[in-house]
Amino acid sequence: MSDVAKLLDLVGVSVKRDGATLLANVSLAVSHGERLVVLGANGAGKSTLLKVANGVLVTDAGQISAPPRARQAHVLQRPAVLARSVVDNVRFVLSLRGCAEPERSARARWMLSMCDLESHQHRHAQTLSGGERQRLALACAWASEPDLLFADEPTANLAPSSAAAIERLLLHLHEAGCTLVMTTHNVAQARRMATRIVFLDSGRVVEDRSAADFFSCPVSLAARAYLDGERL
Amino acid sequence: MSVFGDALASASAMLAAGDATLAEITLLSLRVSASATLVGALLGLPLGAWAALTRWRGRQAVIVMLNAAMGLPPVVVGLVVYLLLSRSGPLGSLAWLFTPAGMILAQAVLIFPIIAALTRQTIEDVHAPLAEWLTSLGVTTTQRVMTLLYEARFSLAVVMLAGFGRAIAEVGAVMVVGGNIAGSTRVMTTTIALETSKGDLPLALALGMLLLALVLLVSGVAQALKRWLESRYV
Ligand SMILES: Nc1ncnc2c1ncn2[C@@H]1O[C@H](COP(=O)(O)OP(=O)(O)OP(=O)(O)O)[C@@H](O)[C@H]1O
Ligand SMILES: [Mg+2]
Repeated sequence: MSDVAKLLDLVGVSVKRDGATLLANVSLAVSHGERLVVLGANGAGKSTLLKVANGVLVTDAGQISAPPRARQAHVLQRPAVLARSVVDNVRFVLSLRGCAEPERSARARWMLSMCDLESHQHRHAQTLSGGERQRLALACAWASEPDLLFADEPTANLAPSSAAAIERLLLHLHEAGCTLVMTTHNVAQARRMATRIVFLDSGRVVEDRSAADFFSCPVSLAARAYLDGERL
Repeated sequence: MSVFGDALASASAMLAAGDATLAEITLLSLRVSASATLVGALLGLPLGAWAALTRWRGRQAVIVMLNAAMGLPPVVVGLVVYLLLSRSGPLGSLAWLFTPAGMILAQAVLIFPIIAALTRQTIEDVHAPLAEWLTSLGVTTTQRVMTLLYEARFSLAVVMLAGFGRAIAEVGAVMVVGGNIAGSTRVMTTTIALETSKGDLPLALALGMLLLALVLLVSGVAQALKRWLESRYV
């Protein structure tokens, strides 16, 4: 793995809050074109890892090198929306990225139609359902045309058909050249989406291997227990 | 009871007659308090947003002071502004004493802390759920401030109404700084105080009713505007 291909590089990153260690000495390099899925139990530190990598949280130790902010996008686990119409939320992100009218409105509408939100475009965004809000967050992330997309449980609130549509969208973005770092509690989804798995346990990386290796024989006890839970 | 009846009768009589003095006093009240609200908002909105979004030494002390200053007694503000504007004071050269400009300044000083303190709390509350997303979008501080002021627009409109209400209802500051001069600095509240002391209670009460009706009208217009803006969503 040459340095040039490294899109994201975390070296010895630690995050502490109120005396608790949320991430302990995490080192992780992500290359261009990967689809990295971060797995782990509730509270393992998956969201924290995505947030420090994206620069939303500050680290207490370690170094991070990442593409410029404008080239990254983040679908948060609990997506926020602005108190305006659905289409104006997407237009807001486009305006931050320097996209002028009339292209701004046209692209916003196109993004919404791709995320199956076209019929809701003039609704107040805060009245959307959980799943619709998640799709809006993805439309907003997509609007930035990122090189690196963080998606924190992007299908957690979605019905199976919508989840499948989101997976297709993510793969479509990936084909267009976007590197993907996501989390999920859906093991089947992780199998479909991942080229590589990072397994976190109490803020530590306990496995970091290709998806095929990970699923064929997880070595850590924590990962085995996690996958066993799926089988029950 | 008969005082209220007389007051109602004389209020409607004055309104029906289109009393020129009454119109003049009412318009001056509106002009002074609306201008003071504008000045207070121009200073208070940015300061409040800034205090909500930045962290620096002494911030807590400033917040406590702003919150406490919401309860400034108008007559004390009037006195301080009087001293500032008096001929030997630091702002004496403006010659604003006993003019509407001086009254606007006094009321702006009075309501600026209200607008700043309430804006600070409002923006903090609106910011909390959006903070991480805005950071991940890489917004500048200015973009963050503008976005949140817009997010909180309806709450901030109510904050401004609170400031306006405080301004138009106070008597101490405009009395001291304006001097209640007929035809130039006489406003509704100072007229009410004067007529009460002269013993013309029905007239004073009639003016009081008009004042209440005016405040009600302003808040009704604001509410209608809000309803109209919200009705644009399907
Ligand atoms: N600001 C904070 N202060 C203290 N503890 C925190 C803070 N933020 C997160 N934590 C804790 O850090 C741990 C890791 O949180 P994180 O959100 O990264 O977990 P996660 O792996 O994403 O879990 P989930 O699967 O439930 O989303 C949790 O135990 C959480 O309670
Ligand atoms: Mg999480």
